[in-house]
This record gives sequence, C-alpha cells and structure tokens, in this order.
Amino acid sequence: MSVNSNWYKRGLRDGIPIGLGYFAVSFALGIAAKNAGLTAVQATVASLFTNASAGEYAGFELIAASAPLIELVIMEIIVNARYLLMSCALSQKLAPETSIWHRLLIGFDVTDEIFAISVCVPGTLNPFYNYGAMSVSIPGWAAGTCLGVVLGNLLPANIVSALSVGLFGMFLAIIIPPAKENKVIAGLIIAAMTLSFAFSKLPLLSSISSGFRIIILTVILSLAAAIFFPIKEEAEDAD
Amino acid sequence: MPINPYIYIFAMAAVTALIRILPLTLIRKKITNVTLRSFLYYVPYVTLSVMTFPAIIEATGSVWSGLAALVIGIALAFFKVGLFGVAVSCCAMVFILELFIL
Repeated sequence: MSVNSNWYKRGLRDGIPIGLGYFAVSFALGIAAKNAGLTAVQATVASLFTNASAGEYAGFELIAASAPLIELVIMEIIVNARYLLMSCALSQKLAPETSIWHRLLIGFDVTDEIFAISVCVPGTLNPFYNYGAMSVSIPGWAAGTCLGVVLGNLLPANIVSALSVGLFGMFLAIIIPPAKENKVIAGLIIAAMTLSFAFSKLPLLSSISSGFRIIILTVILSLAAAIFFPIKEEAEDAD
Repeated sequence: MPINPYIYIFAMAAVTALIRILPLTLIRKKITNVTLRSFLYYVPYVTLSVMTFPAIIEATGSVWSGLAALVIGIALAFFKVGLFGVAVSCCAMVFILELFIL
C-alpha cells in the first residue's frame, strides 16, 4: 500500500467527526441562507466552494441587505483574516518541494478544524492527509447547508429558532477556550461584545450596517490589542 | 438593480480561497513583524465576538432564550466541550425554554 493512500485513509478517519460536526452546524447556516433569500442550490454551491462558517454567515447577511460587492469583499477579508495566519503556519509543515497544485488544494480548505488536525500531524504534512479530511468534511458542510435551507421551510418556528443559535454556539466554542489561558483575549471578547451591543443600540451608531460594524470594531480592537499586547511566539503556537 | 446572488457567492468563494491559498503558495518564510502577527492573531476573537452578540439574542423567538443560549454556550465552551457539543447544547437550551417556559 502506498504512503499516499495510507495518509488519505488517516485523513478520512480524522475527518469523520469534523464532517459530522459540520453537518449539524451548517444546518444553521442553511437557515441563515434561507433567511437571506437564497435558494437551496445557491446555498449549497456557496458551501461547496466556501468552507467558512463565519465568512458565509457574514456573506449571507450582506446578500440579504443587498450590500455593495466591495462591502462583501472587505468583510470576507476581515472575517477570514485568521486563515492567513493558519495558511502561513501550515506552509511550514509542508515539504519545500511540495508542488503548487498540492498547495492550492490544501489552501482551498484551510478551516479551523482541518488546520487544527493537520498542523498536529507529527513531522512533515502529506497533502493526502488533508484530502482525506476534506472528502468527508466538504460534503458534510454542503449537505448540512442544503438541508438547512430545505427543512428550514418545513420545520416549526420554535425548532428554527432553536437551530439558529447553533452557529453562535460554534463561534463561542472557538473563542472561549483560548480566553481561559489568555486574559487579553478574554478582555477583547468582553470589549467586543459590549461595543457591538452599544453600536447596535445607540442613536447614530446604530445606523451603521452590521457588516461595517464588524469591520470597524475588528480593526480598532485588534490593532489596539496588537500594539498594547503584542503576542509572544508560544502564545501563537498554542492557538 | 439587485446583484445576482451567484456574483456574491463567487466573490465570497474567490476572496476566501485567495486568503487561504496565497500564504501557503507564496510565503515560505515566517512573518516577522510582531504587530502584524499579533493583529492577525487577535482578529478572529473580535470578529466572532461582534458577530455573536447581540445577534444571538435577536435570532431567537425571545431575548431570554437567546441570552440563556449565550450563557450555556460560554459555560460549556469554558469547559472545552467541542464545537459540536456547544452548538447542539445552545440549540437544545433555546428549544426547551421556548417550548416549556417562555
């Protein structure tokens, strides 16, 4: 048996829990897509080609608001900025001779979870490990989104209401654990939520669209934190 | 004239893919600028926080069920329950509250 197919199977195995989790979470994303006025086909296509919960959620919000395209582009850059870092870290895990095609394919699906499992692989990362994980996680993500749109129409209001918080639950599961060890992150989360609430309620500030509210607060708060609390090497590696 | 949703979807996919692919293909060396690295490091926490609150209390049938989902979500995430567990628990919290109490 070839080394590549071994790595593929390993990725497949590690990708199963990710795929199942994605399926449940992207169901809520499908409901958000439906609320934004997208069809099941449109939402499924979106999820097949963009595997990013926060990015897609933000995108659907902007589509619903018929926002200018440039607002969506800026938003996606901001919301997905963390993948820039993950992609940098992952580039150090690959053998230098890894071809451009492997780099393109791996890069396409650098999600929080796939980054987490692939950066933890001992030694050099074989691209087929990522392909294995991707072959369960991408279908799970797309199928969940599709069902979210389709069943979102049929489900009673209280179930839709319940499922719509699933995505926020996932966001909390990403941001809260590092806040336990890092007081700067904890402070940032509190400041961000407080200011976000203020921006949505206060006169004048509440006229700013939710998309630009996210962009403005992200840039200001992250920059302030970067200037006053620059991170050390170890903190980043622990992420 | 409204923009075709597929143009939004394409833009979203293209920008997301570029962000993920560019460093992996172009940058072989590590970013050394501490401020830039720190900025990128902090970005997801602020973005996800702003997106979660107050949206979570506006997404549900009642402000209180949304607030309860926020509290249970933070509590479970604090004890390192995974993505899947936290997401499902938040949904269950809202469902139970709206079904029996609110």
